[in-house]
Amino acid sequence: MIRTPLRPLARILQARAKGENPDVIERENLRQRHEEMAVKSRQRAEGRLLVLGAFFLCAFFVIGGRMAMMATSEPAEPAVYTAGSMIANQRADITDRQGRILATNFETHSLYAQPPQMIDPIMVAEKLVEIFPDLDKGRLLKDFTGKRKFVWIKKKISPEQKQAVHDIGDPGLLFGPREMRLYPNGRLAAHVLGGAGFGKEGVTAAEVIGVAGVEKQFDAYLRDPANGGTPLQLSLDLTVQAASEQVLYGGMKLMNAKGATSILMDVETGEVISVVSLPDFDPNNRPAPPVSGNDPSVSPLFNRAVQGVYELGSTFKIFTAAQAMELGIAGPNTVIDTRGPLRWGKFSIRDFRFYGNEMPVTKIIVKSSNIGTARLAQQIGVERQRAFLEELGMLEATPFEIVEAQGGKPLLPPNWSELSAMTISYGHGLSTTPMHLAAGYAAIANGGRYVKPTVIKQSGPQAGVRVMSEETAAASRMMLRKVVSEGTASFAEVPGYQVGGKTGTADKPRPQGGYYEDKVIATFASIFPANDPKYALIVTLDEPEISAHGEQRRTAGWTAAPVAAEMIQRVAPLLGLRPHVEPAQVTGITLTSN
Amino acid sequence: MTEMVYGAVPVRVGEPVLPKWWRTLDKWTLACVLALFIIGLLLGLAASVPLAERNGFGNFHYVARQAVFGSVALVAMVVTSMMPPVLVRRLAVLGFVATFVALLLLPFLGTDFGKGATRWYSLGFASVQPSEFLKPGFVVVAAWLLAASQEINGPPGKTLSFALCVTIVLVLALQPDFGQACLVLFGWGVMYFVGGAPMLLLVGMAGAVILSGMFAYANSEHFARRIDGFLNPDVDPTTQMGYATNAIREGGLFGVGVGEGQVKWSLPDAHTDFIIAVAAEEFGLMLVMVVIALYATIVIRSLTRLMRERDPFIRLAGTGLACMFGVQAMINMGVAVRLLPAKGMTLPFVSYGGSSLIAGGIALGMLLAFTRTRPQGGIADYLRGRGRG
Repeated sequence: MIRTPLRPLARILQARAKGENPDVIERENLRQRHEEMAVKSRQRAEGRLLVLGAFFLCAFFVIGGRMAMMATSEPAEPAVYTAGSMIANQRADITDRQGRILATNFETHSLYAQPPQMIDPIMVAEKLVEIFPDLDKGRLLKDFTGKRKFVWIKKKISPEQKQAVHDIGDPGLLFGPREMRLYPNGRLAAHVLGGAGFGKEGVTAAEVIGVAGVEKQFDAYLRDPANGGTPLQLSLDLTVQAASEQVLYGGMKLMNAKGATSILMDVETGEVISVVSLPDFDPNNRPAPPVSGNDPSVSPLFNRAVQGVYELGSTFKIFTAAQAMELGIAGPNTVIDTRGPLRWGKFSIRDFRFYGNEMPVTKIIVKSSNIGTARLAQQIGVERQRAFLEELGMLEATPFEIVEAQGGKPLLPPNWSELSAMTISYGHGLSTTPMHLAAGYAAIANGGRYVKPTVIKQSGPQAGVRVMSEETAAASRMMLRKVVSEGTASFAEVPGYQVGGKTGTADKPRPQGGYYEDKVIATFASIFPANDPKYALIVTLDEPEISAHGEQRRTAGWTAAPVAAEMIQRVAPLLGLRPHVEPAQVTGITLTSN
Repeated sequence: MTEMVYGAVPVRVGEPVLPKWWRTLDKWTLACVLALFIIGLLLGLAASVPLAERNGFGNFHYVARQAVFGSVALVAMVVTSMMPPVLVRRLAVLGFVATFVALLLLPFLGTDFGKGATRWYSLGFASVQPSEFLKPGFVVVAAWLLAASQEINGPPGKTLSFALCVTIVLVLALQPDFGQACLVLFGWGVMYFVGGAPMLLLVGMAGAVILSGMFAYANSEHFARRIDGFLNPDVDPTTQMGYATNAIREGGLFGVGVGEGQVKWSLPDAHTDFIIAVAAEEFGLMLVMVVIALYATIVIRSLTRLMRERDPFIRLAGTGLACMFGVQAMINMGVAVRLLPAKGMTLPFVSYGGSSLIAGGIALGMLLAFTRTRPQGGIADYLRGRGRG
């Protein structure tokens, strides 16, 4: 571009000579240039605005054209929504580890009324009460004759009920299709499955959402149409679960306990094969949640296996012994001073009975000596104990995949002192759920790796974090076996299955502080078969009490252990475990040969 | 002198405001906006019922709200369109500063209504989305800067406005609200284009976009899959796009009938992002064509009127406002007909939404103020013998 100088010297000099102000010339020049620029930019802008206008015109034409093309083409799949179903996808089924149905969907109907269309409200109300005795006639009549234009009567009705209502023949009664969640096995695995309810409800459809258990935990997955209705396969085994429930229920009644829980876990994969919490409920008809303020554990909805945080007593001793062996503090035969009572400040630790002034570690476990375990804990120390329990997952809620498990946070001592370490060594002062205990025993059983308890079927063993050496785990298993073969858990012996385990009897804490004298939580934690463990089984009874040999007995050896034995006897064959039969004595056989 | 004494009638200086406004206003655009608003209410009667039912309100709760917000928006539009451009500019700059501060404070004071993006202030009875109000303010500020840069010895307006634009785009993208960010970027780009972007730069940018698109298609599987899915003529009928496509097909030429549509029950955003699908299903192609024609009329008329405009600021600001308005409508409808990949954007003046309605009213008010006929000095040109341009 040709630049015009701002101060053409000639003109300015001329102007100066004439005595005029050169600024005027300068301004004039500036104005001229500006005008030229403005004109130029306007011309350019005009062109570009034209381009823009053309662009918009084309774009709108294309959109309109496309719209016209689409509108005049045939609807591709009108069936998708003209069928009237607005539930795009079904909730996926839930199956057990062998593909047997635990939860599925069922076509049903809801019943509602449109009072303005009703011909004879009085007759309708009477007939409805005949069909559904739980309905209140006065209430119905009030609804039907009031101002409401729409009244829900029943959310789910059976085909027979539907026919009966249909036979009333009143145009004001209407049915809406419903998809409901059905648990064909009733109470079986109720706490794991949880339950489902209706979310958003419309006349023609309702959304089914999980309200508890795996139904809630995997709600998004189950509802995700992208999964194409692939069932959610749990690790539970239907038959084992059923047998466990039956045995545990019988055991609970026999031991006069008010509640019970059992967990059977595959020690390699972490899969939970059966988990029972009693009392239970029917997920098809989930009871109302407990009124706040009451003890939640009274409600059948309470899942003792993952929500029940208890001091699990002497079952913890094996962890102390294992850690002591792992750290080289003691071996299975190291003799420990067990003179009692062991005083620590105002506190004194006693044993259930007097077993002698000194005992080897194996015997401490077999006899369940609090003093001996506490001495080991003193040598382990607070920090190492805490770290070990943390590795075993005892200090956080379990990763078990049902929503309730997040609520099962262990209760830690507010100040983990040396005294805490001593009491925790024998299972007091640290409250965990039975699920935590199962994971801990699984670690001992599988050779020292922590496996996460899971409710989802796994394809293979979990490569868990190693928490103790193979040798320590093996030595601990030997001790557990001895507890059953010659110790406090002799009632847990099941011929052929070499049960190993540890009893634990903990006094129940009073809500107002201190402990009850006569109420206990009795736990038997076991692994079987002890020489090559496949499964860990925890049985916990809440407030068991029996009278045997003229004495009121509450200890786990008398209550939980026999229940566990019965359970192992029932489920081991279902799990495909062969009994290990001792070779028969050959004496007494006479070989007859000439 | 005698005239001064005898002939003088008491005249006010200048023309009265209202007649002048009416004489100079682009009445066609005004009529189109009113028509769009009425269509919006009509569609709201159909499309917002499921939402009201879900939230437990009366059937026409949202229609009533829309009518109230719409009235406010129309009043705002008319009032704004009466202002002289300088006043519009001053108020818009103030408004821009206020909304920009509001936008920056969003992460601390805003709510996300559980939608994952913090874009709103909750006022109890209503929520406000500052980015909607920011857009027209930004256009005016950027136009002012760009226009100023055309003065000799003017400020470096292009750089400044670009920096401002990038800042806003970043803030919006962080919310995240990519739709609004794209709109702001587009608005600035259009103004820069009309304000005289060098041709070389434009060609270079177009080339870069095409090249990077090809590069991404060749190298990024994710990107390639999205493009393929978008080019694929078959659409999964259970997706939002599928519902919208089927709704348009169901509607045909004359629609399935008022209130008979099904798509509004299936699409959660039927009252906002996919309202055109509701329109197509219930009222058919006819209404959709009317809507498209209305948007096209507003944009094209505004642009034509701006071609005559000599004040660079007015020209640029008007262009920015008109194009932003048009492009928003275009993207919304383009998504529904699968010309563009899915992007949440409301249909201005038709979709439900208080913020977008009132902000749209203000923006169109500004546009109307800028496109009013005013003396352009054309006579002076003729007098000087230079003719037009």
